[in-house]
Amino acid sequence: MFIRKLGALSVTGLRRTGRLGLFFVTTFFFAVTPPLKFSQLLKQIQFIGFQSALVIFLTGAFTGMVLGLQGFYTLNRFGSAALLGPMVALSLIKELGPVLSALMVTGRAGSAMTAEIGIMRITEQIDAIKLMGLNPFRYLVVPKFLAGIFALPLLTAIFNVVGIFGGYVIGVKLLGIGEGTYFGEMSNHVTVQDIVQGIYKSLSFGALIPWVCCYKGYYVGYGAEGVSKATTQAVVLSSVLILFWDYILTSALF
Amino acid sequence: MIQMENLHKSFQDLEVLKGVSLQVEKGEILALIGGSGHGKTVILKHVAGLMKPDRGRVYVNGKDVYKLRGDELEQLRSHLGFLFQSGALFSSLNVFDNVAFPLREKTRLGEREIREKVINVLEQVGLSGAEDKYPAQISGGMIKRTALARSLVRNPEIMLFDEPTTGLDPVIAHIILDLIKSVHKDLGFTGIIVSHELSRVFQIVQKVAMLHEGLILFVGTPEEIMVSRDPVVRQFVTEALRIPSSAMRSFDREEKPRGKE
Repeated sequence: MFIRKLGALSVTGLRRTGRLGLFFVTTFFFAVTPPLKFSQLLKQIQFIGFQSALVIFLTGAFTGMVLGLQGFYTLNRFGSAALLGPMVALSLIKELGPVLSALMVTGRAGSAMTAEIGIMRITEQIDAIKLMGLNPFRYLVVPKFLAGIFALPLLTAIFNVVGIFGGYVIGVKLLGIGEGTYFGEMSNHVTVQDIVQGIYKSLSFGALIPWVCCYKGYYVGYGAEGVSKATTQAVVLSSVLILFWDYILTSALF
Repeated sequence: MIQMENLHKSFQDLEVLKGVSLQVEKGEILALIGGSGHGKTVILKHVAGLMKPDRGRVYVNGKDVYKLRGDELEQLRSHLGFLFQSGALFSSLNVFDNVAFPLREKTRLGEREIREKVINVLEQVGLSGAEDKYPAQISGGMIKRTALARSLVRNPEIMLFDEPTTGLDPVIAHIILDLIKSVHKDLGFTGIIVSHELSRVFQIVQKVAMLHEGLILFVGTPEEIMVSRDPVVRQFVTEALRIPSSAMRSFDREEKPRGKE
């Protein structure tokens, strides 16, 4: 009995993983083949990118300020407070910027994607799209997918710049590190490769969030409860996958 | 022409369709009747290619719906109109944009021509003046009429109506069925209409099919179903039309000498 249940669970798990994989392949295929719904793409860039800018700004500022404060006292113990600039910058550019931006976008825009597509599914709007001879992937999923890839690196860049400035306010204005030291050491230790690696991460998170969140909405259960469950699952799964993929990329890239 | 051959469909352990075979000739409207939950909507969704049968085939204009892929399927669907039970309007678009949506996406018409067509069809369904309202701001009847306008605006060759009058007041229901009748007269589409409003629907269809427990129990004209002796058909029609059983008996007496069932 136990083995049978275990087998059934494994088969269900495999089937769902396969379906998630196929969803990505289908989305990718339609994303790289014309036609592209350009107006939808712009709308999604505005929604995922522009409308997330404020929350990214605030998160970046506070993260940078905390890093400045924590970093200063930790580095000061070893007499290396002068390295606060590169510490803040590298932590943000290589790790915290891409990951925290992705987590914030998941919470703000990813959940909305799942809810939107889920509601469209249960109210037969997706069937209506199909019956008009339109491809729901091209119309609903691809614009979100491409907008995520486009917007997330930009949001991450905002996060990093604001975070570095937050660290500057704390380190330089509050704790008295020299302005030249903060930025000078930063330019000595941060390389273009560090920035490129951060961009790789944010690009892949930009694809991951719409992929998982649209998938959860597309295969939503029944009724309002189904949508609420799918939304929660989308946020949890995306967040876990972001952290997992971050580890994989970090170990592969660095 | 729509042709279904031996359709089987199950949802988990529940077998909804147990071998449905049905044919709708070109230019004909068929009323699909039967109890709730017997699979009428499932049949419509099979015809539209939204569901895949476990066994059996569906042919639309001679083409096997489940063998069509990509452009061919899109081509078929561009000649098909579907009125969903819920309306399935896009909640983010207003009435005008909902109706204009298929024209903007699937035709090369200019905005002026689209506007003319949409205004015209909205006038036909009695929705002039409601163009700027969103689905959340209008009544169930207006949602149905907007959905009807959207499905008719491209002059489809095949129309599938899933309970077009359910939940509407008698006046609006009458208007909608009259509209379907007049559009059918003008365009001559082939159609299937799922409805429980038998008295009105029988006036606009050429053929009736009754679905019962996953099988087609009766196919014939509206006149023929009124004199059917099958107890299940008889009970359903009597209840649906609320005909006193004495009246049904008088039908029998009138029909018997002609040797009809």
